[in-house]
Amino acid sequence: MVPAVNVGALKDTTLLNMGIFALFVLVTMVIVFRASRNNKTAADYYAAGRSFTGSQNGTAIAGDYLSAASFLGITGAIAINGYDGFLYSIGFLVAWLVALLLVAELLRNTGKFTMADVLSFRLRQRPVRIAAALSTLAVCFFYLLAQMAGAGSLISLLLGISDWGGQALVIIVVGALMIMYVLIGGMKGTTWVQIIKAILLIAGAAVMTAWVLSIYGFNLSNLLGAAADAANNPNILNPGLQYGKSETSKLDFMSLGLALVLGTAALPHVLMRFYTVPTAKEARKSVVWSIWLIGLFYLFTLVLGYGAAALVGAETIKSAPGGVNSAAPLLAFHLGGPLLLGFISAVAFATILAVVAGLTITAAASFAHDIYANVISKGKADPGTEVKVARRTVVVIGILAILGGIFANGQNVAFLVALAFAVAASANLPTIVYSLFWRKFTTQGAVWSMYGGLASAILLITLSPVVSGAKTSMIPGANFAVFPLSNPGIVSIPLAFFLGWLGTVLDKRREDPAKQAEMEVRSLTGVGAEKAVDH
Amino acid sequence: MGNGAQHQDETASVDFQQVQQTERFKALRTRHRSFVFPMAVAFLLWYFAYVLLADYAVGFMSIKVWGNINVGLVLGLLQFATTFGITAWYVSYSNRKLDPIAAEIRNEIEGHEFDRDGNAVMGAAK
Repeated sequence: MVPAVNVGALKDTTLLNMGIFALFVLVTMVIVFRASRNNKTAADYYAAGRSFTGSQNGTAIAGDYLSAASFLGITGAIAINGYDGFLYSIGFLVAWLVALLLVAELLRNTGKFTMADVLSFRLRQRPVRIAAALSTLAVCFFYLLAQMAGAGSLISLLLGISDWGGQALVIIVVGALMIMYVLIGGMKGTTWVQIIKAILLIAGAAVMTAWVLSIYGFNLSNLLGAAADAANNPNILNPGLQYGKSETSKLDFMSLGLALVLGTAALPHVLMRFYTVPTAKEARKSVVWSIWLIGLFYLFTLVLGYGAAALVGAETIKSAPGGVNSAAPLLAFHLGGPLLLGFISAVAFATILAVVAGLTITAAASFAHDIYANVISKGKADPGTEVKVARRTVVVIGILAILGGIFANGQNVAFLVALAFAVAASANLPTIVYSLFWRKFTTQGAVWSMYGGLASAILLITLSPVVSGAKTSMIPGANFAVFPLSNPGIVSIPLAFFLGWLGTVLDKRREDPAKQAEMEVRSLTGVGAEKAVDH
Repeated sequence: MGNGAQHQDETASVDFQQVQQTERFKALRTRHRSFVFPMAVAFLLWYFAYVLLADYAVGFMSIKVWGNINVGLVLGLLQFATTFGITAWYVSYSNRKLDPIAAEIRNEIEGHEFDRDGNAVMGAAK
């Protein structure tokens, strides 16, 4: 009943895949070079001269946010686990309301380049900046490592390169391209890569969605019925297939949901994108655009996931190289043959490239602007030197990412993205919310909350089944898993909020009320906010 | 970064505490918070209610409503609908209730009506 997809035929399309990907690299390189001509100041390099419009930035945010994990991962999760895969994408979307209502505009009005600008605005610069920069670097590192390691398994699937050396070579190529984009193009180049990628990804998903729906007479119910028949399991349409196994897995999903919904608005690479527009109103428009695009995309993945279940079949997907992640490419091959597969594969590569570029420039900006310029040289560094430091940091981070990607290739690192969200939600979000809305918040509260959230999230992950004690653990031989959940959010997020409150009420020092007044007035009115750079 | 130095000059003389005490600024702050706080609480409760249902009320979520479309799918799609709806509502609220008053206060501050050198125009605070 399920039409056969010949997995062996995938390898024949390798050259075509590479050709389409090379075309993408060529086009984006030309655009990056053109965009880089106006990169003069720090505001140009870190914030693209604040010259993007809300709709451009919103598209770039979608390009930054929709990683390979959400495209290949969620489609595959729906194809195999049905409804529970869909559940995952809802958390990723709803989270944007936190960014829209509580964070985006206020942050744009008070900050300059990094998250630490906002957090240290009315508190003591040094301790708060160091803490914010450390948590920024931690989130970027976990996220980056997950993307680079994911690149390895994607290569084995899409290019048919299964030997370790060949995969390492492709990881090096991906890393080198990313370094070039960020080094030459700065934020402007990175943004254009993300915009182009978002358009290709969403257009590709839209075509496949319409195609799948047309097979079932544009009737969702028929598609769902076919998916349930093909899976031979009506429960694929109901929740519980993945997370309903035990009480622990149910609680684990609650914990994950909490981290997703509160972590998104505190991801440093997402926050930094709000500085690329000229005003808070454009920042608002950016979030509105990204909510529409991301929401639309997740609706497409619902159709694609069930479409893959119905047309390709769970068994074929699981036995293909790349496993669950191969659902979307296999569906593309089934629908449009080698050409559509080549296109979707190239888009998946572009996705990794665009996401790692965004992470790298965020980490480099945080190091150069927060640690180097404000802590090491105490605000006396000239902007030219700061950008020079940022560019050098890009190269260092790029090399670390390549080494990390090669080293982590084949490891079970899927939890790293969840960890990045959990760290962002625990270490960053409480301090962002307190410093924007709580007048009495103090430096001690910020420092306790950030270090407490960061340390507890990492410690709990280390003591969880993802690192030891289970068959799928990183270190399957050992067992020090005293914490039963694979996501720390349900403990570490409330703890960080509590520490922020406790640190503040126990703090004997009071913060400057004039600075608090300035931050509040600026955040709501936009007075004195950084303006666009004229060229 | 010449930019940064510039705005320091522009707003260095402003008495922000005085602005913070004006009725108009307080009204702006109230309008902002009375929208975003209840809305944030509402969508978070709705989201977690949905997650709890999917986690612990599988039977209810599996009830078929129409063809193969069950309660779970309808509630899931409703999460999309409310997210889009709240977004549109917030944009329209900001355009009508927040942006105009924020622009007025900003113009007054930029017009040096709240400068600390003593010639603040008190009438501006009415």
